[in-house]
Amino acid sequence: MLQIKSLKVFHGPIEAVHGIDISVREGQCVTLLGPNGAGKTSTLSAITGTVRATGSIRLQDEDIGRLPIEERCKRGIAISPEGRRVFATLSVRDNLIMGGATRRDKASLTDEIEEWFSQFPVLGERREQPAGTLSGGEQQMLAIVRALLSKPRILLLDEPSLGLAPQITARIFRIIKELKAAGTTILLVEQNAGAALEVSDYVYVLNNGLVSRHGDVAEFGDGAVLINELTGVQQ
Amino acid sequence: MDYVIQQALNALSFGAEYALIALGLAIVFSIMGLVNFAHGEVIAFGGYSMVMISTVLTGNPWFLMIGVLVATVLASLTLERVAFRTIRGADLTTGLLTAFGVSIILQNLFLLLGSPRPIPATQFIFLDQTLTIGAIRISSLQIYEAITTVVAIGLLLTFLRKTTLGMAMRAAALDFEMVRLCGVRANRVIAGAFAISGLLAGLAAIFIMARRGSVDPHMGFNPVLTAFVACVIGGFGSLPGAVLGGFLLGITEVAVLVLLPQEYGGLAQAVVFTLVALVLIWRPDGILSPAQEKGDKV
Ligand SMILES: Nc1ncnc2c1ncn2[C@@H]1O[C@H](COP(=O)(O)OP(=O)(O)O)[C@@H](O)[C@H]1O
Ligand SMILES: [Mg+2]
Repeated sequence: MLQIKSLKVFHGPIEAVHGIDISVREGQCVTLLGPNGAGKTSTLSAITGTVRATGSIRLQDEDIGRLPIEERCKRGIAISPEGRRVFATLSVRDNLIMGGATRRDKASLTDEIEEWFSQFPVLGERREQPAGTLSGGEQQMLAIVRALLSKPRILLLDEPSLGLAPQITARIFRIIKELKAAGTTILLVEQNAGAALEVSDYVYVLNNGLVSRHGDVAEFGDGAVLINELTGVQQ
Repeated sequence: MDYVIQQALNALSFGAEYALIALGLAIVFSIMGLVNFAHGEVIAFGGYSMVMISTVLTGNPWFLMIGVLVATVLASLTLERVAFRTIRGADLTTGLLTAFGVSIILQNLFLLLGSPRPIPATQFIFLDQTLTIGAIRISSLQIYEAITTVVAIGLLLTFLRKTTLGMAMRAAALDFEMVRLCGVRANRVIAGAFAISGLLAGLAAIFIMARRGSVDPHMGFNPVLTAFVACVIGGFGSLPGAVLGGFLLGITEVAVLVLLPQEYGGLAQAVVFTLVALVLIWRPDGILSPAQEKGDKV
């Protein structure tokens, strides 16, 4: 589905990611784990096209690495970005309409939005309210649903549990699990290794802009080894 | 009594004109962080297009009005394509200087291809008639101006609320990159803003032409400067702020003219700007400064 080869990512003159390979197969949930500043967000930004990057990014055998942001979305990339970035003064519903902005089938978009509202009543009850008035967890749900409404081939999630209370985090991970069960292909970025391992098939550990380890989730055991690695403790 | 009503109408129509022009500035600024001083030349171009269309095609005023609106929309879109697309994402100063440059170039083009002297174009003057209602004598143009402005604002609000492109424009004012991540083309959003801005400039051009009956190269510059001040008062980038600032400025100007003793009439501008300064000391970002922005204008 998604194949990334020798990816380097730049912020101005700074090279944040130094040549990494990542691949995500259809229906998989792949997780990028790593401490702050490891280059996780940079990697996702390279996929969505919001930063300068070199290397190849292929989505279903098409190189999307040179396309502008909008075109990548149309090819099937959608993101719930770091910090959620809901449109604070737009209503909850308008945020979702923006998520489906590329869709031609406006009638079925409206129906789908209604379905999501019944699935997440907290959003449905506040459909006319500005998204900025939602709680952090609700904004996270909104950002995920907004991304899904473009009917993406692959869903990118950047630290969906960041800053949320433990029960809310559990809720968000249940949603991710359900999405995966429904067949959604997911590339997840997390620092919460324990929760992320439960929903993942395959894991990449990122440190200082390089992949320091990768493998099937089974190889990572209960996550203790991984957490040591993340916090820089050598085994 | 009739004096009060006349002055109130004056204030309203001044305010309406400022609000129309200020909205044109604000909608572009809110989306791409550009203070488009060349907006005034789009208005002047509306005046020149009137001259051109009436010489070549027809002098029918209704046809001319549509012609002016089409011409200003096209002019605004062309400016975006030719001048402002290349500096997208540049900082505020670069944008400001570019807009000033474009404004000066256009004024000189008008001088060269048109004339330094006003060219008469009187087809819209019929809008400006004196109506006598009882003891009150009012100008019909002022009423048209106020009504048109209110209708235009209403339509703009509906567009921004109900259409996907309108929503994308509101969203882009908050976080343009996120709008692009939703698959909406940046070019479409920005062209939309310039088209609306051009349409508002066209409306302003029609009313200015109805009042003056002639066009000259610098006709748009002062109104845009005033509209700029209106935007600053209201909160730059805020659309309600632009409207509020426009009307406040119109009301203040008329009030100062009315209340100032005759022999101090020359000080009217000074008094108005002192009041503006006081507003800005009270609220440095304007009265309705827009919500926190992410600052990643495209
Ligand atoms: N906009 C930026 N400008 C300059 N440096 C940046 C920018 N964004 C990220 N970086 C740098 O790139 C590195 C990777 O950052 P990031 O991808 O955000 O890490 P993560 O998401 O894993 O926490 C860090 O060293 C960070 O300081
Ligand atoms: Mg990050």
